[in-house]
Amino acid sequence: MSDNLPETTHGGDATLAHEPIPDPGLPEHQWRPTDVDPKAERRAERQVAGLFMLAILGAIGFIVSYIAFHVGDHPDTIGNLGASNLALGLCLAVTLLGMGAGMIQWARKLMGDHEIMEMRHPASSSQADREAAIAILQTGLEESGLGRRPLVRNTLLAAGGVLGLLPVIMLRDLGPLPGDKLDHTIWDIGTWTPEMQAWWKTQDRSLQRVVRDVVGTPIKVTDLEIGDLVNAEPEVLFAVDPDTKQLVVDGTDQLVDKAKAAVILHRMLPQDIVSQQTLNWSVDGIVCYSKICTHVGCPISLNERTTHHLLCPCHQSTFDLADAGKVLFGPAARPLPQLELTVDDEGYLAARRDFTQPVGPSFWERG
Amino acid sequence: MRILNRSLGRLSRHRRGPVAGLLVVLMGLVLTGGLYAAFSPSSSAQDDNTAALVKQGHQLFLVGCSFCHGNDGQGVKTLDGNQIGPPLVGVGAAAVDFQVGTGRMPAVQPGPQIQAKEPSYTQDEIDAMAAFVASLGPGPAVPNPSDYSTDGLTPEQLQEAISRGGQIFLTNCTACHNANGAGGAMPHGGYAPKISGVPAKYVYEAMLTGPQAMDTFSNGNLSPDEKRDIIAYLHSLKDSPEYGGFGMGDIGPVSEGLFAWLVGIGSLVGVAVWIAAHTARTSKQKAEL
Amino acid sequence: MALDTSKIADTNRGKAATAKKPNKAGAVAEWADDRLSVGSLTRYFARKVFPDHWSFMLGEIALWSFVVLLLTGTFLTLWFTPSMSETTYEGSYPQLRGVPMSDAFASTLNISFDVRGGLLMRQMHHWAAMLFIAAMFVHMMRTFVTGAFRKPRELNWVIGSVLLLLGILEGFAGYSLPDDLLSGTGLRIADGLIKATPVVGTYMSFFLFGGEFPGDIVIPRLYILHVLVIPGLLLALIGAHMVLLVFHKHTQWAGPGRTEQNVVGYPMMPVYMAKAGGFFFMVFGVTALMGALLSINPIWKYGPYDPSKVTAGSQPDWYMGIAEGLLRIMPNWETHIWGVTISWNVMIPGQILPMLLFGMIIAWPFFEQWITGDKREHHLLQRPRNAPTRTSYLAAMVTVYGLLWAAGGNDILATHFHWSLNSITYFMRTAVFVVPPIVFYLTRRWCIGLQRADNDRLLHGYETGIIMRSPDGGYSERHLPISDARAYTLTARERDHVHEIESAVDANGVAAPGTRSDRIRARLSKGMYADNVQKPTAEELEEARHHAEHSQELEAGLDHPAAGHEFDDHALRDADDVPLRQH
Repeated sequence: MSDNLPETTHGGDATLAHEPIPDPGLPEHQWRPTDVDPKAERRAERQVAGLFMLAILGAIGFIVSYIAFHVGDHPDTIGNLGASNLALGLCLAVTLLGMGAGMIQWARKLMGDHEIMEMRHPASSSQADREAAIAILQTGLEESGLGRRPLVRNTLLAAGGVLGLLPVIMLRDLGPLPGDKLDHTIWDIGTWTPEMQAWWKTQDRSLQRVVRDVVGTPIKVTDLEIGDLVNAEPEVLFAVDPDTKQLVVDGTDQLVDKAKAAVILHRMLPQDIVSQQTLNWSVDGIVCYSKICTHVGCPISLNERTTHHLLCPCHQSTFDLADAGKVLFGPAARPLPQLELTVDDEGYLAARRDFTQPVGPSFWERG
Repeated sequence: MRILNRSLGRLSRHRRGPVAGLLVVLMGLVLTGGLYAAFSPSSSAQDDNTAALVKQGHQLFLVGCSFCHGNDGQGVKTLDGNQIGPPLVGVGAAAVDFQVGTGRMPAVQPGPQIQAKEPSYTQDEIDAMAAFVASLGPGPAVPNPSDYSTDGLTPEQLQEAISRGGQIFLTNCTACHNANGAGGAMPHGGYAPKISGVPAKYVYEAMLTGPQAMDTFSNGNLSPDEKRDIIAYLHSLKDSPEYGGFGMGDIGPVSEGLFAWLVGIGSLVGVAVWIAAHTARTSKQKAEL
Repeated sequence: MALDTSKIADTNRGKAATAKKPNKAGAVAEWADDRLSVGSLTRYFARKVFPDHWSFMLGEIALWSFVVLLLTGTFLTLWFTPSMSETTYEGSYPQLRGVPMSDAFASTLNISFDVRGGLLMRQMHHWAAMLFIAAMFVHMMRTFVTGAFRKPRELNWVIGSVLLLLGILEGFAGYSLPDDLLSGTGLRIADGLIKATPVVGTYMSFFLFGGEFPGDIVIPRLYILHVLVIPGLLLALIGAHMVLLVFHKHTQWAGPGRTEQNVVGYPMMPVYMAKAGGFFFMVFGVTALMGALLSINPIWKYGPYDPSKVTAGSQPDWYMGIAEGLLRIMPNWETHIWGVTISWNVMIPGQILPMLLFGMIIAWPFFEQWITGDKREHHLLQRPRNAPTRTSYLAAMVTVYGLLWAAGGNDILATHFHWSLNSITYFMRTAVFVVPPIVFYLTRRWCIGLQRADNDRLLHGYETGIIMRSPDGGYSERHLPISDARAYTLTARERDHVHEIESAVDANGVAAPGTRSDRIRARLSKGMYADNVQKPTAEELEEARHHAEHSQELEAGLDHPAAGHEFDDHALRDADDVPLRQH
């Protein structure tokens, strides 16, 4: 036994005096009914075999369900639940639980029941082993001459360090540098790709419209009543190339652009507007704000018509749409950026310019 | 409308009370409504019917609604300026049909939000009250079943309507009402109610009128077809089987986590206790020993 | 010590064996043994002893759910397409037909609606993931509260903590893969957390997403992390965890014959093979049951990710709940200084506090050892009540965790209990500071009270429920001594030692080196152990017994002397055979 092991509880001679009660030792074994009563034993045997039989039935049920129940266009149902999922899952569960319960019951009732004992050994090596190990390491150190040849050692260390640098360098192309990408959105026509610019030339307009999300239709002031909330996007996201009939901004690009450019329009009574800037940037009480929360970027459109308070469903930051997007509650620190609205020649709502500050979550360089 | 609002904007530069502004607008609305009523053609027989309905509605209104909303639906204020019941001029028949039809009105007591309950009036009575309130000023009318019915659509059109409705629903509605239509929380004790299983008419009316704190989605905002599509999507969700099993309240990961702990870990700890528990013992000895 | 030496598994002696009459199986075994030494391995491992206690099987839940994850996950990879390329859905789920979406989302719909059993496997995979992490938590709490992390098992504690962290990362990567609205919202929040990092935040975000959020490459990247890198690490660490478990042998509860030097229990072969194997099937079966009956992450209802859409009830999976709660209740502090932005409102809850919490978990064994100065190995578990400070520390931490978890679901609480969202947040901001100390204090008093009750039982016996009336009219309850086995079990623990500073100055009157940390150590030691109730000494016990005998002698003269045992159901307990852990 090692000195490492505490002695207080194992009743060695030296400490016996301190211990109030000596260890009575392992109790005598007591038999289970299944050990002494052949009837009980046979009953347990039947239970275990029954559970295994159940598992077999479950497996058969699984195969039958796999063939019998349809998924796809016209899925079968049981009650209002998907039949395939339910039947496959229940049959699988019966199989597995039958197997498991059978094995456990077998171990509990029928397998040998004597507890056995194993002695522990301290985790540490013996003193002799330790000394031998140190000696081996010493020899190795001597033979390699690592200590005597500092030049070799130091250049090796340096080489290892440089080698470690390589994978770090190779990760550089994981992505482009941010540049000023986060400062602009596609509300700024100047940031558009050539394809978008080409489409814009066919439009012969100077201001980009605010259009309804999903359907992409432009919005007239008279379309909206007091209390209306519109989830909107810049019109270029719905632009269709006249030649190819394809969306000008498609796929991932569309998502990237939407992630910054999504806005909400809300019409309130102009006299409800508190902030002068909000009033100046509104059209007939219609205000336009970024839909991206300034906390961590969830889309935010839970508006209370009566109070003009806009709530984020993710972390409950609340902004005042009547007062320049001021933060009223929650973890967001900065007001919601407002988009300056105007009406274009045909009477549709349009953005006068890009947001005047980066939208979405804060980042170090935003200042 | 636009000119009117412009001028209001100028007037309000010196911050007036919000209620004062509201009244000005309501006056404008009454005026417009009056003009509209004066110039729109109508048959006299209908007029008689309507007049009788309005009269009946007014009687019901005086008994059931006037305590909060005033004898003529002008709204009632307490002495310290709080609104007991808002004015109903211009809210339209749709608002009455929604509020009374879903049992929200008459309200049991004021609070952060008036809850839906069993309606207190028959549909005929509701129609009469709606006619009375509609007579106070123009507002959205009760939608026609054809507005939200998908009966006339071919299967392909219906399929398209449902897919499009789903996208509109996820853009405009789920932020408050949740992807399953199970509802969600709003500030200061308010909540967006569960909309799954609500009759199409009421969903449509809610979008039109913006009950309580809800935004309105007027026909200029979401076209009648888009509203129909949203409803078609909601109903298709309701009619779809629960493919994966019980929804646990349809509120997403919170209830999933709860079930993982209570059902999953709970039952497995139970199994562990069973595995490790000592079986019954007997004082008998094994025969051969 | 009465030891039946025939039951001791001796694993240290060995001599090359010669097979007697090789039959077919024997021939195979011999072939394998000649090359792999399976004989010695079997001899060493097959009769490994596992003590029987339910709380020793909690880690197994985690292990087996990991196996379920591997099996179901492999099935899912056969159909899943980890790509963010856009496609238009034309599959079986009608509500999304014609909607543009990523391949990842479309293939997840395909698994759910067109592959038979695919939805079941998806749901089982998700449930198993929830159980995996939950079981790790429960297992860690058991290890913590019984002191099983003490020497020589500190490294296994560290490995376990890293497993927990990796499990959480693995879970996050996994639920981001389907590219549905909820997972996309989760990624968006992760992007916000990354961007809040001082100096390098935007760079990290651009590198992770291959450009601006959401980009077109994050799902393939998360996929390889999810199916190769992290599972590989998990497997390796689980392997190391198990090797150390076998090497150290299992801890056990103190009891008659169960000491620091031995381990008593059932052998691996056959009992624990059947029990653990059976448990695997039970875990698998419970997962199948949940997958069959309970709908989890119905992505078809959320729809494909679109950065302009969101749903009420946007929550992460439960194990990210505390980060979510921290984010929700954090006040909106942000500093704008020297042209840069420091987002305390995101950094503190999203980066600093989670790392701090994790650091506290990893450091505890070393912290505790520094205070006790105890360098011995420990193989007997401590009952939670016998380490009152540690137990109540866990209770306080669990309280913090629970509060933050609840805060992460404050919108659900608000709608279901008709509370105000804002009030819940204000309440939580206060509660996370006020409630845990209260819980700590109460748990500590509770533990110490239980220790006292143990001592009472040792010194004065157990309460029989028999009320005695003395000649002068007083009433008292009859106590009878507990059995030797129980008494031994109660006393089979160490006395706590409070560290005291030897001297603040050395022999020359100069402040001794390390005195300051020593003083802190002494104060902590006093705070942690000074109030604990120690077990009675042999003398105290002797005196108490003497006293009891004396009163029994007095009572023996009564008309109806009551032994007491005829009324109680302690027959078995007093039969000296069932250790304390049974009760």
